[in-house]
Amino acid sequence: MAYVAIADRDHEQHLHDPQSFVTKYIWSQDHKIIAIQYSLTAISVGLVALVLSLSMRLQLGFPDTFSFITPGEYYQAITMHGMIMVIYLLTALLLGGFGNYLIPLMCGARDMVFPYMNMLSYWVYLLSVFVLLSSFFISGGPTGAGWTLYPPQSVMPGTPGVGGGIVLMLISLVLFIVAFTMGGLNYVTTVLQARCRGMTMMRMPLAVWGIFTATVLGLLAFPALLVSGIMLLLDALAGTSFFAPAMLSMGEESRHAGGSPILFQHLFWFFGHPEVYIVALPAFGVISDLVAVHARKNIFGYRMMVWAILSIGVISFVVWAHHMYVSGMNPYFGFFFATTTLIIAIPTALKVYNWVLTLWRGNIHLTVPMLFVIGFIFTFINGGITGLFLGNVAVDMPLSDSYFIVGHFHMVMGVSPILVIFGSIYHWYPKMTGRMLDDRLGRIHFWCTLFGTYAIYLPMHYLGILGLPRRYYALGDTSFIPDSAQAMNAGISIAALFVALSQMIFLFNLAWSRKHGKPAGGNPWNATTLEWQTPQTPPVHGNWGKDLPVVYRWAYDYSVPGAAQDFIPQTMAPEDVPRDVGSTYDGREGAHA
Amino acid sequence: MTHEAMAGSMTAIPAGNLGVVTDVSSDKQTFQVPWGKAMMWIFLLSDTFIFSCFLISYMTVRISTTVPWPNPSEVFALSFGGEPIPLILIAIMTFVLITSSGTMALAVNFGYRKNKKVTVMLMLATALLGATFVSMQAFEWTKLIMEEGVRPWGNPMGAAQFGASFFMITGFHGMHVTAGVIYLSIIAYRVGSGFYDRKKGGNYETVEIAGLYWHFVDLVWVFIFAFFYLW
Repeated sequence: MAYVAIADRDHEQHLHDPQSFVTKYIWSQDHKIIAIQYSLTAISVGLVALVLSLSMRLQLGFPDTFSFITPGEYYQAITMHGMIMVIYLLTALLLGGFGNYLIPLMCGARDMVFPYMNMLSYWVYLLSVFVLLSSFFISGGPTGAGWTLYPPQSVMPGTPGVGGGIVLMLISLVLFIVAFTMGGLNYVTTVLQARCRGMTMMRMPLAVWGIFTATVLGLLAFPALLVSGIMLLLDALAGTSFFAPAMLSMGEESRHAGGSPILFQHLFWFFGHPEVYIVALPAFGVISDLVAVHARKNIFGYRMMVWAILSIGVISFVVWAHHMYVSGMNPYFGFFFATTTLIIAIPTALKVYNWVLTLWRGNIHLTVPMLFVIGFIFTFINGGITGLFLGNVAVDMPLSDSYFIVGHFHMVMGVSPILVIFGSIYHWYPKMTGRMLDDRLGRIHFWCTLFGTYAIYLPMHYLGILGLPRRYYALGDTSFIPDSAQAMNAGISIAALFVALSQMIFLFNLAWSRKHGKPAGGNPWNATTLEWQTPQTPPVHGNWGKDLPVVYRWAYDYSVPGAAQDFIPQTMAPEDVPRDVGSTYDGREGAHA
Repeated sequence: MTHEAMAGSMTAIPAGNLGVVTDVSSDKQTFQVPWGKAMMWIFLLSDTFIFSCFLISYMTVRISTTVPWPNPSEVFALSFGGEPIPLILIAIMTFVLITSSGTMALAVNFGYRKNKKVTVMLMLATALLGATFVSMQAFEWTKLIMEEGVRPWGNPMGAAQFGASFFMITGFHGMHVTAGVIYLSIIAYRVGSGFYDRKKGGNYETVEIAGLYWHFVDLVWVFIFAFFYLW
């Protein structure tokens, strides 16, 4: 008996249409609702982190002015800003938000394979956010150990939040990992096992490839964070000494002895470096789709793009110690990790070239998503090139722990993915709500964000080369730092306030266009991928109506010579393709295969 | 090319390497297994990384600590008639767990034969052996804490990391076994109550998915046994 794919077995499909408001919008198992829940939660908690960064900038730009920012609070702000932005905003939004929304729609599935588990994933994520934020309201406040939570100082007296803050942070991280695992297993299994007829792996949009690979990385990298979190929790609560060596603290011998602080760093960065690509790969994938749609051209080198995503994923597991050059390690290890770090630049650069080559001689529409695409490519090149400095041991040493690092990772891991997130919200908002976001507000938002963030982060590279150390509450009278550095710091702070304010335009746009935006129709961008071919907009529960879609071509049949339209949806059969008079084009998919 | 072939329909899969390529690049599903089974495999891969991190961390602290490591053969010895027998309890525990993998494998086999009664009996036997394992572990913990004075933060025999690693790793594994006992009991109940006859047309593949998890927990124990007790 031939094996029947599960999607084709009637009795395996449990699609009970939700009846009440509560099951439809709150305890919802629909991947689209869960995606929106994830996104709104992530954006809300991201706004908290944004406010924290402003309080740091106020202190740095105008020291001795604001009495409400104490050194302890400054460190707490740094810690919470970093952790929230990396984990609770970017990871949650790109995988929980975009992953949930796009994977079933782009693969032609009715939902994730296990919707109930998917729902649990969101609620556990929400719980982890509440646990994290609750640390603001306990005595001692949140932990101020820096977002890397390096022991022994994160569990030693003297660090802010050593009583309850660090414990709540670690519990919250463990909960987040549980939530991510439940969601991530769903994403991976859905991509592998629940695609519609004709949707082979090599016909999937690159957005799905990026999210898929990032989720696999997450499932293999978060275990290291889980283990280090549990061990640190035991160090903090049960008096174990996994990470804390014997030491004197405030004139007293600590209760710890014999632990290995470097072990924590290895575990943390074995998670931490793949985490960079957990954030970057979905952004890479999404940007590839956006650039093809808005340049009306097939993505350049689809197969190479897939292989680049996969090889970045593999190599990202063997570069982690480049975060630890100054922690002390065998020079041969430094050599090894510097080499792998520079090797990973090859597939990454390949992707950048392919985006640029997709733009080359394309029919570029300067829509708002396209502006963000171009902004991303520039910003990513900027951040990537400074990464080459930091990947080399000898060059990294003097730059380490300076503002150069801050500038680098905010460019490459902060601004770049955020630009992609903005671009893709402008791109997919019409599908989620049925209405377009306002174009004029979108353009204002783009230019304010782009110029504003460059005004923040480019000067930081100069400050870093001058030798300004990062994470300092105040610099005081340090002889090697010129006075002009303080002027630059003040300028950066003003730019930061400006960027934060200009995000209000975006939030207003989101809320206003929900009711008053231009009606979008089913496929406003004339895109080929499946999510634009749903029978209803926004798609209803089950996505596809009675019959699942059938896919006849890859995702990038734009401006095919001989075809009458400049795009051919993936669901269009070859004989149905409208052709120019006298054309020899037979309607088959593009020549990538 | 016909319409059907363009859409990548399910055609005969060629033999050898080409078949692997065809499988992986086909539409609808990459692996010809149920969704739950694919998901369980991926979860176990992730769980493998968790236990690897635990074991590597344990080895690292064992090397980094400056105090001598207690001798597991002596710590985990039981006296029968005045003569201490090293690792005897651990040996019995390991035997029980390996046996439970055997009953689990039989349960999967009888599940595919749709022999409901034997499947349920074998699954319950597996769960019972698992519960026995956890009980013996509880005995071992009690003995270490009450009689030997081992604590997470120290012990009279040597390095403090000994107790810390021991309680953390065996505790985490014990939680896996406990979860597995509950999981097996639920699946056994569902097989027995005819849940899968109604919902899945008499398909007991879920038994095999539970089996995958159980064998994994068993396999992890072998590594813990080798690296913690025998080293």
